[in-house]
Amino acid sequence: MTARPGFLGYRRRDGRVGTRNHVLVVPTVICSSLVAERVAAAAAPLGTALPHLAGCGQLGPDMRLTHETLAAYCGHPNVGAVVVLALGCEQVIAQSLADAARHHGKPVEIVAIQSEGGTIKATARGADIARAFGRQLAADEREWCDVADLVLSLKCGGSDYTSGLASNPALGRVTDRLVDLGGSAVLGEVAEIMGAEHLLAARASRGETAAELIQIVSRVEAEARALGLDIRGTQPSPGNIRGGLTTIEEKSLGATHKGGERAPLEDVVPYAAAIRRKGLTVMDTPGLDVESVTGMVGGGAQVVVFTTGLGTPTGNPVAPVIKITGNARTARQMADNLDLDVSGIMTDSETLDRAAERLFDEVLAVASGKATAAERLGHREFAIHRRNPTI
Amino acid sequence: MKSALVISDRDNVATALEPLAAGQRVELGDRALVIGEAIQAGHKIAIRPIPAGTEVFKYGSAIGTATRDIAAGAHVHIHNVASGRGRGDLAEAVPAGEPRLAEPPDSQSGAGGQP
Repeated sequence: MTARPGFLGYRRRDGRVGTRNHVLVVPTVICSSLVAERVAAAAAPLGTALPHLAGCGQLGPDMRLTHETLAAYCGHPNVGAVVVLALGCEQVIAQSLADAARHHGKPVEIVAIQSEGGTIKATARGADIARAFGRQLAADEREWCDVADLVLSLKCGGSDYTSGLASNPALGRVTDRLVDLGGSAVLGEVAEIMGAEHLLAARASRGETAAELIQIVSRVEAEARALGLDIRGTQPSPGNIRGGLTTIEEKSLGATHKGGERAPLEDVVPYAAAIRRKGLTVMDTPGLDVESVTGMVGGGAQVVVFTTGLGTPTGNPVAPVIKITGNARTARQMADNLDLDVSGIMTDSETLDRAAERLFDEVLAVASGKATAAERLGHREFAIHRRNPTI
Repeated sequence: MKSALVISDRDNVATALEPLAAGQRVELGDRALVIGEAIQAGHKIAIRPIPAGTEVFKYGSAIGTATRDIAAGAHVHIHNVASGRGRGDLAEAVPAGEPRLAEPPDSQSGAGGQP
């Protein structure tokens, strides 16, 4: 009997499995973001912060989205402990972020700049707490976990013609294999499904899921129309066009290969909402790389595979981001930022299946703790999607 | 290594896998195509004539509509293909949900031009 593939992860009290064990420092509001970053830096290497630009001056659904995204990170399986860094007068409620961490069984403390008496005292107290959490987490040990515990975020950015021919189909084979083994994958970037929605909808396991997919794609298209603007130039981007991509439909058809060829579409979820089902989920995220990765990791993805043609640096504060390219020139020119070169697919020197096997092995190695290029370089980009202007 | 690739039998374009020169003969499976103009790697070439107003196919699906007649061997890009999706600039003239033929952007340079 062949052993099932697996990885060494951190088992959490809520039953989920982490691939990292971070001390997460969460600013409730832009005003406490700098202090949060300093506190996280004091607890290196486990400390990581979520600096962001929101948390106040927001209305209704926009406010909820910010709050829910931060709360999702407080409960994330790659997080071992949480420090909530508040100001004191903001809209985002520090206590309910702390509750989210507790709900998932994580130790948590709140530090508020106003009640501590300013930046220096809040930084010192936060750093003490974060370092203590760090010592606690350093004693945790990784355990063998089944590959079915993995939620993989599928992302592409800086796409060129090699994305649709090499890196995305290689990732698609990994998606199909992971889903066959009982794991989960999430695809975002609704604008980049536009033109390929018929292919994904045909794979939906239920009619209502297909209808939800078509509905979110239509909404994004209607939003572009309502602005009275031409989506060309944004989708595809100027770099995409230089690389040979002509229309959003062409970009989408190449991008959707990441979702595999046969994995059934099981669910459609809102931005940063929990990924509830095994199999393939589509999350309603924008196409902007950092906002999209931020949302999919918020949903519970513990590893991101990011395909690129032109090369991009994007990482994430809590999840490792694996960079893979099918463009040989990019593999040389941006070697610092890349983890896997699958350009052999373009020259017929490697089969798609063989490249997919290497990528699958890399996913498991990274899930077990192998540092990615983005992690080594300290790339921890984080951006919460905004639905409305700041008031 | 192939110099150009047709992904699906339904496609009317090939993708150049290396820079192609005008007049170059390219083998595409069981047929040959004479390249009409210099093509950068990653860019598309019509493998048969594509009349204005008809769909351009890659990956077996429509990727847009030809805005002018495209000859076999010609470069296929933003100067002769337009998307009908997400076009707010056309919204006044077109009922929502009905894609239609668009004028190409100002830049005629094809590759590298600002959209």
